[in-house]
Amino acid sequence: MIRRFWVYIEQEDGKAHQVSWELLGVARKLTEEIKDELEQSGDTALVEGVLVGHQMEEVAKEALQYGADTVYYVDDPAVKHYLNKPYTSVLTQLVKKYEPEVFLIGATTLGRDLAGAVATGVGTGLTADTTHLAMGEVKNSTSKLLLATRPAFGGNVIATILCRNHRPQMATVRPRVFSMPARLPEAPGRIVREEIAITPDMINAEIIELIANKASAVKVEYADVIVAGGRGLGGAKGFELLQELADELGGVVGASRACVDAHWIAYDHQVGQTGKTVRPKLYIAAGISGAIQHKVGMQESDFILAINRDPHAPIFDIATMGIVGDLYEVIPAMIKEIRARKEAQHV
Amino acid sequence: MAMEELTVFHALVSIKQVPDTTNIRIDPETNNLIRQGIPTILNPYDAHAVAAAVEWKRKLNGKVTIITMGPAAAVTSLRECIEMGADRAILISDRAFAGADTWATSYVLTEVIKAVHEQDPIDLIFFGKQAIDGDTAQVGPGVAVRLDLPVVSYAVKIHDVNLEEKFVIIERKTENRNEVIKAKLPAALTCEKEIAEIPYASLPNLVYSLRYEPEVWTTEGPITFEPSLLGLKGSPTTVFKTGTPEKHVAGEVFKTAEVGVAGAVKIAFDRILEVEGVASMLGVQK
Ligand SMILES: Cc1cc2nc3c(=O)[nH]c(=O)nc-3n(C[C@H](O)[C@H](O)[C@H](O)COP(=O)(O)OP(=O)(O)OC[C@H]3O[C@@H](n4cnc5c(N)ncnc54)[C@H](O)[C@@H]3O)c2cc1C
Ligand SMILES: Nc1ncnc2c1ncn2[C@@H]1O[C@H](COP(=O)(O)O)[C@@H](O)[C@H]1O
Repeated sequence: MIRRFWVYIEQEDGKAHQVSWELLGVARKLTEEIKDELEQSGDTALVEGVLVGHQMEEVAKEALQYGADTVYYVDDPAVKHYLNKPYTSVLTQLVKKYEPEVFLIGATTLGRDLAGAVATGVGTGLTADTTHLAMGEVKNSTSKLLLATRPAFGGNVIATILCRNHRPQMATVRPRVFSMPARLPEAPGRIVREEIAITPDMINAEIIELIANKASAVKVEYADVIVAGGRGLGGAKGFELLQELADELGGVVGASRACVDAHWIAYDHQVGQTGKTVRPKLYIAAGISGAIQHKVGMQESDFILAINRDPHAPIFDIATMGIVGDLYEVIPAMIKEIRARKEAQHV
Repeated sequence: MAMEELTVFHALVSIKQVPDTTNIRIDPETNNLIRQGIPTILNPYDAHAVAAAVEWKRKLNGKVTIITMGPAAAVTSLRECIEMGADRAILISDRAFAGADTWATSYVLTEVIKAVHEQDPIDLIFFGKQAIDGDTAQVGPGVAVRLDLPVVSYAVKIHDVNLEEKFVIIERKTENRNEVIKAKLPAALTCEKEIAEIPYASLPNLVYSLRYEPEVWTTEGPITFEPSLLGLKGSPTTVFKTGTPEKHVAGEVFKTAEVGVAGAVKIAFDRILEVEGVASMLGVQK
């Protein structure tokens, strides 16, 4: 028997979304966790990618380099751009054909839309927005099951979800939670072209315009450095100062909801439960009190520097380091310090 | 022209009442959620969906039906929707529905929507982007698949609803841009907050909503459900275990009043540059 661990290879405009590669790495890890079962039964486990689009050969090859044993590839001009119904139909048909055991999809805007539809179409369970995945033993199950762990209730609870009796076991996975696997120049896997007709009844909507969104260019969710500001900035102008520091650090500006509500900055910058979930290497929180809804969006950052006038601000509970002081003194000093350190480098 | 011919547009909004996650407490011994005494609110995204539906009802002289599956207490959220200008509200409530995951939830909502549609054809079905208790964002696309309708998720603006030619033009947000999508009616959408501002309730609406009693639909009727597809039993996923998130350890705190501004900043950079990958990223030595 072949136990298939599937990953949806997400693409937009012919470019793969990085989370697809992270998921190939996770899928590989999952197959390693059932090694004992494979040895006993003589079964094999495969990590396989599924790709839908048009003229995506390069992406398919890339998937092999990131560790896919197989890439199932549906190539049709009618599915060049993502639309819910044709993509759902195609994936549902492929799932029924190959019966994968696990199917992972990135918890991106596109992936969440697709995953909910595919799970319903196939008639299986889906765990959304997972942050931890493992294959584990469960009572009354003959083989290991996917243990999909996710935060719930605004991050107050962590729940591990199972899908016992239906296949595939589906999960969407947050970007940047798992690290990138190594990219191998020599990839032994193969690309399998799947001929699936895109029939007119699959097309119930069309994209009539694409609008480049300047604000979305910010992409706090993928930044390595975020300089975030809160109500403590006192006004929209404060973000200019934060931007200056962010520029020095090669980062972007984030914000608490209080600032977005006050129209100091666009919603795309909002970090937190009803904004973006971020995981940068460095998160600087200036003038942010640290409400639970803000914390759940950024507490997984590698290094959190909190700057707040109030020594009792809850943000200090999760900060790697805190500075009690006025942000209007600290931030300019930081800009000065980083400039000085860069300069010192050149002499 | 008779009055009923004027009422052409029918929007349905599927809403959920959720615990206000600001006030959530965890029992430190059992790790369970303390549900008692937690205030509940209309899911914020759903409130904006209702606002958008009401806005288009006014433009097109139509009506708005609200449905929710939940406990009897959800009537307060339904009243809030009536207050915003919705016309009819249905509470789908039965012990048999308890413990439903998104799959079983979308089954029940689909059956109810079909029945409402038969009474009074629906043009647009609104959902919130996601419910803040589970954040799954699955129910909308799930219902749309079951009904075989186009779904536009992460909608930020409805540009046009054309009832003669039966299409809708909706702008949605993806990670990289906005897409303007033309979909056949009936269609479904899941709403971001930008879709519409929450209106102030008019006094007559407010007074009316206070006494409004929604219809209550149960497994006894008016429609029938397949019992094996309901609630916990009908849910493919089950909760294996729950816990509280790992506690983050508070790091060291320095006061500028004690170490000086420059001192604090120097310590900060010394530590930041120790983080893997940061020094090379910034092009600065440790
Ligand atoms: C359903 C729901 C969802 C929500 N989602 C989000 C979300 O996604 N993201 C989010 O951020 N919030 C969210 N919130 C709001 C959240 O509860 C808080 O209200 C919000 O995060 C507070 O923002 P703040 O920290 O900027 O403001 P405040 O809480 O007012 O904090 C300002 C801080 O600045 C400090 N300060 C003032 N002046 C200075 C100075 N000169 N120097 C240094 N420090 C200074 C103060 O000591 C204070 O700690 C949500 C709330 C609800 C109910
Ligand atoms: N029990 C429910 N009753 C009615 N609508 C619901 C229910 N649960 C979810 N929804 C709708 O589906 C959307 C997405 O919910 P979720 O998939 O749980 O994040 C919500 O914003 C609501 O519009």
